[in-house]
Amino acid sequence: MGLTSQSSGLSLLKDKYNLSKKSEDQIVIALAGNPNTGKSTLFNYLTGLNQHTGNWPGKTVTNAQGSFKHKDKEYLLVDLPGTYSILASSQEEEVARDFICFGNPKLTIVIADATCLERNLNLALQIMELTDNVILCLNLIDEATRKGIIIDASKLEKDLKIPVIPMVARDGVGVDLLKETIDMIVEGNLGISPLKIIYKDRIEALVSEIANSLPEYIKENYNARWIALRIIDGDSSILKSIQEIIRANLYIEAEV
Amino acid sequence: MEHNKNISNKSNLEKLISIKIEDSEALGDSIVATIYEKAENIAKSVVSVNDKRKVNWDRRLDDVLTSKITGYPIMLLLLGIIFWITIEGANYPSQLLSNILFGFENKLSSFFFYINAPDWLHGLLIQGMYRTLAWVIAVMLPPMAIFFPLFTLLEDLGYLPRIAFNLDNAFRKAGTHGKQALTMSMGFGCNAAGIVACRIIDSPRERLIAMITNNFVPCNGRFPTLIAISAIFFGGIGLASGKPSSILATLSVVFMILIGIIATIAVSKFLSSTVLKGVPSTFSLELPPYRRPQISKILVRSLLDRTLFVLVRAIVVAAPAGAITWLFANIMVGDNTLLNLCSGFLDPFGKLIGLDGFIIMAFILGLPANEIVLPILIMSYMSQGAMLEFDNLQTLKNLLVNNGWTWITGLNFMLFSLLHFPCATTLMTMGKESNGLKWPIFTFILTTGIAIAVTFTIKTLSTILGLV
Repeated sequence: MGLTSQSSGLSLLKDKYNLSKKSEDQIVIALAGNPNTGKSTLFNYLTGLNQHTGNWPGKTVTNAQGSFKHKDKEYLLVDLPGTYSILASSQEEEVARDFICFGNPKLTIVIADATCLERNLNLALQIMELTDNVILCLNLIDEATRKGIIIDASKLEKDLKIPVIPMVARDGVGVDLLKETIDMIVEGNLGISPLKIIYKDRIEALVSEIANSLPEYIKENYNARWIALRIIDGDSSILKSIQEIIRANLYIEAEV
Repeated sequence: MEHNKNISNKSNLEKLISIKIEDSEALGDSIVATIYEKAENIAKSVVSVNDKRKVNWDRRLDDVLTSKITGYPIMLLLLGIIFWITIEGANYPSQLLSNILFGFENKLSSFFFYINAPDWLHGLLIQGMYRTLAWVIAVMLPPMAIFFPLFTLLEDLGYLPRIAFNLDNAFRKAGTHGKQALTMSMGFGCNAAGIVACRIIDSPRERLIAMITNNFVPCNGRFPTLIAISAIFFGGIGLASGKPSSILATLSVVFMILIGIIATIAVSKFLSSTVLKGVPSTFSLELPPYRRPQISKILVRSLLDRTLFVLVRAIVVAAPAGAITWLFANIMVGDNTLLNLCSGFLDPFGKLIGLDGFIIMAFILGLPANEIVLPILIMSYMSQGAMLEFDNLQTLKNLLVNNGWTWITGLNFMLFSLLHFPCATTLMTMGKESNGLKWPIFTFILTTGIAIAVTFTIKTLSTILGLV
């Protein structure tokens, strides 16, 4: 029951892709994660915004946005719907995927439930395939400890090659470290090149073949390897989304 | 230049979209399998489990809360307790608020007389707008301020998915998606929000069913009305026997919710075997862990986001509606007021389904927001000369009874409110979500048809059986 003025009533009729950027300097950050891992809790902690949090999966179905400041920089945080995957089999997955793909976030925070890491890693790995600047937050670390689950965060960091931050979002544990890490990435003091999954030879061969034949426009603006993978697994919805965006751009140009 | 480049890109894209790799399904599976394997390997190498707890309380609690035997009774009991606290607790603050607000009305009136304001201005602003507003606040604010924090508490604890789990089987049998139980729960807050939540259902057929039936659970805007009418006609307020019984009132609200849930499932079943035929898709529902509720957050969020939000929405819609109702009641056409003419026109139909013309008018004028149906109704009754000063639910009961209400009217009013057409916002949201006017119109006709059929049946039965 995510009942806020943003999530019910007339404001539902407004467009879901509208980014309410205050200025061009605002740095866009996407917040992704499995359902019910505490995305909205972290979102609220960072932005102080009144995003309703509820203990059940599927609460956020649209992108909520809020801003926060750290070290004189303005950030715009976008809370994506919770998904297990971004291979776009449902509408929310498409919303999340399209935002990471086309919303041009400077970086993406993946928030994971430490009590069931494996399932959460699936999403993290998929996002790392799509974009480089990814931070993984291990939320609910207190609950995990209570259940006797211990996670070697530094080993995880080495394996994934992205920053991993243990966190208890509702109490704000780990949030300062997160802000610090964000700042380092934005300042260019922390280059990230995440672990990339290598697929079977046949798939890898197809990937390079298709990636090379993609139009220049796509190669310049999007992740060619990732798009090639989508063409291979027969998901043309990403191309349709790109087509829509080109069409929208043409429309804007025509208006101007 | 840029332009041309884009256009050529576009045609390239179309070629790409049409690329089909023969065994893409197998390749896709292989891609997913590789990712999952990687995740599994990494997780295994960094996680160690050493669970020393003797009893898994989460599991134990789930066994009880989602058991086939105890699941439903506990669900009803919890809802019952919430409504009982609400009804019991709302009475006194409601009275206090109305004393203050209506006391202030007298002061305002004196002021208007003092400055020699014309009668129509005083009527429009004070008797029309202010009085409706005072009503909305006095009747709706206290129950909301008690109900929403309690409901949010249940939600924060993680109980809602358990409700969905309990209902999942029923929805599957009705040929729809189990997640519909979640979108239905969302509808208890706001039907428009419930309809947006239907996005979590992937199959278009099942999503449509969930959207069409979402309106059958009472939203924030309708709860206060249901609670007030229950307290009056089923809580025994003003009965000679003396003490009003909030237990009975509670039971009748719980009963209404049950009817709503039954209607949801029955109509879903009907739709999935007629207009929207198909096989239900499977899914796995995850039961999230129970979490320590954040009490202060619950209070702030439920009071600001829900209570204030609904109240403001009600006020925004109620003020002009109050003014319009006053105009309706005071514009003379021939010997009669416009209100009397309209309600007189609707009266035969209203009587047929155990209501009256004024009630039907109120529901029609309440299309923008369900919150204002009762205030509009009270306004139109009061403009009939019986200028009662409201001070508690007893007065409201007198007003309604003086206008010919019986408990059958009360029951039918609640049922009609539960089943009738969704509010305008909900309809517009549905139009947006389903890309067109077809389904909102369908929903409007279907729900209103059901509401009329049910109330008509009850009225006819009660006449035949001589209940009233």
